[in-house]
Amino acid sequence: MKNRKAEQFLGFLILRACVFFVIAALLIILIDIFTKGAGSINWEFLSAMPKKGMTEGGIFPAIVGTFLVTLITAILSIPLGMGCAIYLHEYAKKGKITRLIRMSIRNLSGVPSIVYGLFGVVLFVQLLKLNTSILSAGLTLGLMTLPWTITASEEALKNVPKAYRDGALALGATKWQSIRTNVLPYSIPGMLTGTILGLSRAAGETAPILFTGAAFYLPFLPRSLSDQFMALPYHLYVMATQHHAIEKVRPIAYGTALVLIVLIFCMNLFAIITRYKLRKVRLK
Amino acid sequence: MSVLTKHGIKMEQKPLNHTGKMADNKNSNIKIFIKNFNFYYGASQALKNISLDIRENTVVGIIGPSGCGKSTFLRCFNRMNDTIVGVRYQGDILIDGNNIFDKELDIVDLRRNVGMVFQKSNPFPKSIFENVAYGLRVNGIKDKEYLTHKVEKSLKDAALWDEVKDRLANSAFDLSGGQQQRLCIARALAVEPEILLLDEPASALDPIATAKVEELIHELKKKYTIVIVTHNMQQAARISDYTAFFMMGELIEYDITSKIFTKPSKKTTEDYITGRFG
Ligand SMILES: Nc1ncnc2c1ncn2[C@@H]1O[C@H](COP(=O)(O)OP(=O)(O)OP(=O)(O)O)[C@@H](O)[C@H]1O
Ligand SMILES: [Mg+2]
Repeated sequence: MKNRKAEQFLGFLILRACVFFVIAALLIILIDIFTKGAGSINWEFLSAMPKKGMTEGGIFPAIVGTFLVTLITAILSIPLGMGCAIYLHEYAKKGKITRLIRMSIRNLSGVPSIVYGLFGVVLFVQLLKLNTSILSAGLTLGLMTLPWTITASEEALKNVPKAYRDGALALGATKWQSIRTNVLPYSIPGMLTGTILGLSRAAGETAPILFTGAAFYLPFLPRSLSDQFMALPYHLYVMATQHHAIEKVRPIAYGTALVLIVLIFCMNLFAIITRYKLRKVRLK
Repeated sequence: MSVLTKHGIKMEQKPLNHTGKMADNKNSNIKIFIKNFNFYYGASQALKNISLDIRENTVVGIIGPSGCGKSTFLRCFNRMNDTIVGVRYQGDILIDGNNIFDKELDIVDLRRNVGMVFQKSNPFPKSIFENVAYGLRVNGIKDKEYLTHKVEKSLKDAALWDEVKDRLANSAFDLSGGQQQRLCIARALAVEPEILLLDEPASALDPIATAKVEELIHELKKKYTIVIVTHNMQQAARISDYTAFFMMGELIEYDITSKIFTKPSKKTTEDYITGRFG
């Protein structure tokens, strides 16, 4: 008896320690960034151009750049990803080929982001002649996000009971009607959540935009989608490792990191809220 | 008299071949004609060489032990089995003389004409009103007044109206199990199919609601042809004109209900009905 209890105690202790280490590591990173970054956040930092070789001024163009690129990413990956998922899950014959396609998509989500970056250079920058631009970078990130969007959307579709589809079909609905009126309304919250999480991951990526459009230093805003741009993650990378006066710009680097984290946190929060809202609405 | 259908299959327009006797619908036509029908889930055969006729405006009760293939059989008539991966079938099922497995056949039309209430009641996560209106909406009906009228009528027919009339906008999930079952009946009635397939429609109902549903079935018989699966022998005896007894995928006996319940010709049928097994 004693032994079993001791064993259980030890088991829980180890599990508890695991959780503790994970949370502690995260907390340390967050606290470090908050304490060192909060000081440099002010209105000017958020709304001004970088000045004097990025040793002073703000990060406004990087915020705008990241925003625009993420927008392009969303425009590409949301409709395309949901469309693919609907086709794969609802229409495609459940055979070897579909399984192979699905497996390939899952594997694509494990491809390192630098590979997507280089692929983007070849496809968008060179072949499609979009040059290094917001468009090229956004599309590259879009490609990178697609496997996540498709997988998340398929999961959401899988969660809708077969009885909803069958019930609709049995009443004389076409397959499309059953999907549109009796499947999508209940899977879109899940689809959106997964997609937004994928987007927030894309927003923080550096490698895919490195060669496809992100600029080292541009003290003005992009005028069109075919302009180069500054982006928060790349700016952070530059400030932390590439700048000629690294020690001097450290506060700016911390500030940038903080802004990026808050931005991504907001996107995730938005995902959670949309999910919650849509869930409530769908029964009305 | 015999008629030749457009698929060249001869359909006998005479009393049931199994007994040579008829129930009260002497003159009604054969609505559903099933000939040498086999059904497989992958490698396992769920229905074995089934042949039977179902006459227009009659109620056919299907009885048999759990897992004998009653639901599978029912789902063949509106081809709901097509939604299951890996199923196979052989043989013919004709409705009004048309083979339902015909490539030309519009499966959406078929399902509109062959309504079904599933064994597990499956209300949609919509309001009570929208659940009943669903079939009408997907069939292109938009007229508000007509929808309202039809929803009310269907709910009344399914003996649910009084319980829900003040909360039609509430979620169907707020209803009790038995109410959900009646909601699914109402939903199927709303589109006015010609054939109604009921898979244990009264399994979660109290005696009063069951009586109402049975009354409804009796009423509906005038307009519809009804195939009903039930585990309740008394119910089968009460409501069906003909009864089919299935066991392990085989049709053991099919006859006029009174005959099945008083003088079955097979020993297995008698054993099952008298509760000696199953
Ligand atoms: N989707 C399926 N895939 C594989 N086998 C199935 C499937 N559905 C049913 N079966 C099998 O087919 C046989 C008949 O099942 P069916 O559901 O028709 O029985 P039933 O007579 O309706 O039983 P019950 O009275 O319990 O509802 C069973 O052996 C069952 O295990
Ligand atoms: Mg069943």
